[in-house]
Amino acid sequence: MSIDTSKVATTTSGAAATAKPNRAGAVANWADERLGLGTLAKKNLRKVFPDHWSFMLGEIALWSFVVLLLSGVFLTLWYVPSMGEVHYEGSYNQLRGIAMSEALASTLHISFDVRGGLLMRQMHHWAAMLFIASMMIHLLRVYFTGAFRKPRELNWVIGSLLLLLGTLEGFTGYSLPDDLLSGTGIRAADGFMKSIPVVGTYLSFFLFGGEFPGESIIPRLYTIHVLLIPGLLLALIAAHMLLLVYHKHTQWPGPGRTEENVVGFPMLPVYAAKAGGFFFIVFGVCAMMGGLLTINPVWKYGPYDPTKVTAGSQPDWYMGWPDGALRIMPGIESHIFGYTIAWNVFLPIIVLPGLMFTILLMLPFIESWITGDKRDHHLLERPRNAPTRTAIMVALMTFYGLMWAAGGNDIIAIKLNLSINQISYFMRVAVFVGPLLAFFITRRWCISLQRHDEQKLLHGYETGIIMRSPEGGYSERHLPISESAAYTLTARSREEVYDPEAQTDANGVPAPGGRLAKLRGRLSTLWYADNVQKPTAAELEEAHHHAEHEHQLQGAMEGRSADGHQFDGHHAVEGETLRGDH
Amino acid sequence: MRFLNRSAGRLSRHRRGRLAGLMMLVVGLLLTGSMYAAFAPAQAESTDTQAADVEAGRELFLIGCAFCHGQNGEGQYTVNGDQIGPSLVGVGAAAVDFQVGTGRMPMAQPGQQAPRKPESYSDEETAQLAAYVASLAPGPGIPDESDYSLEGLTAEEQEAAIVRGGQIFLTNCTACHNFEGAGGAMPRGGYAPTLRGVEPKYIYEAMLTGPQAMDSFSNGNITPDEKRDVIAYLGSLEESPQYGGFGLGGLGPVAEGLFAWVVGIGALVGFAIWIAAHTTRSSKKKVSA
Repeated sequence: MSIDTSKVATTTSGAAATAKPNRAGAVANWADERLGLGTLAKKNLRKVFPDHWSFMLGEIALWSFVVLLLSGVFLTLWYVPSMGEVHYEGSYNQLRGIAMSEALASTLHISFDVRGGLLMRQMHHWAAMLFIASMMIHLLRVYFTGAFRKPRELNWVIGSLLLLLGTLEGFTGYSLPDDLLSGTGIRAADGFMKSIPVVGTYLSFFLFGGEFPGESIIPRLYTIHVLLIPGLLLALIAAHMLLLVYHKHTQWPGPGRTEENVVGFPMLPVYAAKAGGFFFIVFGVCAMMGGLLTINPVWKYGPYDPTKVTAGSQPDWYMGWPDGALRIMPGIESHIFGYTIAWNVFLPIIVLPGLMFTILLMLPFIESWITGDKRDHHLLERPRNAPTRTAIMVALMTFYGLMWAAGGNDIIAIKLNLSINQISYFMRVAVFVGPLLAFFITRRWCISLQRHDEQKLLHGYETGIIMRSPEGGYSERHLPISESAAYTLTARSREEVYDPEAQTDANGVPAPGGRLAKLRGRLSTLWYADNVQKPTAAELEEAHHHAEHEHQLQGAMEGRSADGHQFDGHHAVEGETLRGDH
Repeated sequence: MRFLNRSAGRLSRHRRGRLAGLMMLVVGLLLTGSMYAAFAPAQAESTDTQAADVEAGRELFLIGCAFCHGQNGEGQYTVNGDQIGPSLVGVGAAAVDFQVGTGRMPMAQPGQQAPRKPESYSDEETAQLAAYVASLAPGPGIPDESDYSLEGLTAEEQEAAIVRGGQIFLTNCTACHNFEGAGGAMPRGGYAPTLRGVEPKYIYEAMLTGPQAMDSFSNGNITPDEKRDVIAYLGSLEESPQYGGFGLGGLGPVAEGLFAWVVGIGALVGFAIWIAAHTTRSSKKKVSA
């Protein structure tokens, strides 16, 4: 992209010279003459972004991360990452004189003796919950709309890594106060590590600097929490956003929107205001939640002590689903040569999350391999127009949701008066059956919606006007949808099922690939076969002829009591009156 | 010190007098006799009312409790050996006061656990039932208010008692009742009920008698003073302000996750929709972009 720099330079300097001297302008000019930011800014401040609410979900994650950085820095000013034992002598009466680690004592100090400390702690924690939650809804948006397709696969990978790192960051932060809840969490993590065959105990001893709990874990987690992972997060967020700028934002199809352009508003002034304003809203929501809703009342948990545990000991929500898997896993273990392999811990908490994360990471690559679609995509797809893709994600969400619910089985049991055992038995089956059901229901649902779209294209929309024919038959009047609506509905490509037979050359020699190609062919059939393709021009033409014919039979609408359909929101109604001049 | 020693010396000099021992014996006997004379009729009267209470309690028991617990409180079993109601011999007045006083007994229907509900018996009837069951065999009695009240302790002693009670609570109770007594799940539909808003007497009795799935914490296990401290700690939690704002039911991270999604993400997505629906352009005309 070449920029006509001469023109840029003259307009800027010309404006600065002729207009009355403005102080801000002078400063900007001073900086521009030394840093040359003008050209860069000129281009980027005019960068166009499309407008849709779902494109702002990732922004929630970005802004809550900024809240995390700000509140986190505040907390580090008082937090003491040490397991050294002290006797608490702060303001909270019910723990005065109790022996605890400096980590918890300083957390209590922040909560009760630092001005605004509890608010900051709670804001930090709520922002962390929102950070990961918003990353997940952003991920869902990207997946459901097909925004992960070429050329954005690597940004999907970066996003997945951000989700993983965010989760680890959350877990380390959850562990730092060293209260009863976080200590129980670290204890559980120790058990998870030890369940790994052969290397488990070594890993645990390495992390804890000896047998659990030791005295190293809190300082080590602190370094990971405030230095290592935030650094990685910052770098990956930067890469994520640079790629976003480089790829340009995806947009919904519509009149005037193509794979080659981006239709929307420029960064300045529109998005600078919208996104900047959104930061204050996210900050405000975090502050409201931090100020009004208790989160992790460490003073009630008291110091960690391996002999104690509390009912309702759960991880924060984002670790809830592996915890649920752990809760519903039957107690299976093997004993080999005197060694115990705890499958009941190893499978749900080490293998399953690893497997799920790999699946998440590979989703774009699996899809493009099955469909063979290697084209660039900048126009989004509606979820209904990719029924199998949508169904896969809904199945994964169902699996996640059921596991998640299983992680709160005790709270569900006491709040809904159920038996915790029956919940577990139900979940053991439901986590397998539920996703399959969800897959089929979603897929068929999407295909029905596609058929509905096709109906609208071919026969028009339902006006709600019932017409009576001269013979006495009743029919509902359909009217054609607007040009732009029809364009939007048809702005998608026709899909082709991959056929390995078609790859056989004229001499009957199959293309290389063999069994893999056959598998791909079968998957491609499953992926596409039942989808409704957009009608061809000929089909549309024929349908319109048919409709006109039908309308002639039904008679005109003007001047009758059925008039008024023009106000149904499908047409421009400027200057029109109901029933003409009647 | 010297003064005390001197007066002690003077007293002992008198006592060493020859008739002093005999005099003391006579005075002691006289005192005992007159005190017995003074209090004996009162005791006889209370024995009478106690007997009346036991009798009235037996009447109530036969109507309301015997169906499951047996006509003599010996417990009932089905032919298969399943228990309908456990034996009440030796459970003591404290158990009756807890179970009936909190409405758990009589049970509305058989089930995993008797839930707390509005009580069916008046305080007087509860006392009569307690008297009857206590008469079956010795058992723990109903604690007096002085057993679970911090009154009479200095401010520092009260604070120390609350701190100690908190540690005993976190060690022995939170595993089922949750870190602030909000309650928790037990196997097969059972549950540890909430401790918030429960009268101190009933908490004391529950620890003493171990109702339903709960362990009993005898006085050898948790001393009466420690029971008092636990109750004082729970009371202090109810009295202290909600430092962090609304407590979300005190249920821990599950409730927090729910609020993060429903309140936090719900509000933020709502704002995103709101922002996207508005343009910064001053013109009101909707620009289709």
